[in-house]
Amino acid sequence: MLTISAELHAKILAHARADHPDEACGVIAGAVGSNRPERFIPMLNAERSPTFYRFDSLEQLRVWREMDDRDEEPVVIYHSHTATEAYPSRTDISYASEPCAHYVLVSTRHPDRDEFRSFRILDGEVTEEDVTIAPE
Amino acid sequence: MAIEVRIPTILRNYTGGQKSVEGSGATLEELFTDLDGRYEGLRERLIDDSGVRRFVNVYLNDEDVRFLGGLSAPVSDGDTVTVLPAVAGGRR
Repeated sequence: MLTISAELHAKILAHARADHPDEACGVIAGAVGSNRPERFIPMLNAERSPTFYRFDSLEQLRVWREMDDRDEEPVVIYHSHTATEAYPSRTDISYASEPCAHYVLVSTRHPDRDEFRSFRILDGEVTEEDVTIAPE
Repeated sequence: MAIEVRIPTILRNYTGGQKSVEGSGATLEELFTDLDGRYEGLRERLIDDSGVRRFVNVYLNDEDVRFLGGLSAPVSDGDTVTVLPAVAGGRR
């Protein structure tokens, strides 16, 4: 199960809406082993595309080093789909390589309805999990 | 001195759980071959016939090796090589 604060939940949705029609992506870091997403890090989509996203490799290095220095890990890795449901695509599954991360998918296909779902992706296997939004 | 290679979580099963290992070589390709002698299978996860795998980012110090000539990039003692899984995906 993913437990996330209402504030971080809203930030992910706002980032996805702001970058629509391109896919938005980012990370929420948290202390290693804590399973608690705490530090919101929106990332550039180096592809600037409505159908694909990729973290800019140099930005990723900087952010991953910073997490390392702070004893953090990517607790959440999120991205948006802009015309399809919030479910991992084949490409998403083939790239997923952080075994401890919650993969959050949001969809901006409906202008007035949010979709926010969370998955574990391990060795090509997708498992959806419940999302609990915790008040501050 | 040697070249430090930082290994991401997903590949630490090849290095006995170590976060970083040391190797030697004059180029990135030689370094990976050297590492493969001790951490068998690691090289295969990092590179294929066309070079660094699409799913992997390899950095020499602060630079993405794709901008430094890929596997032929020269390396020397004291350098740090960092491996990170690329984070990417998309609708299809």
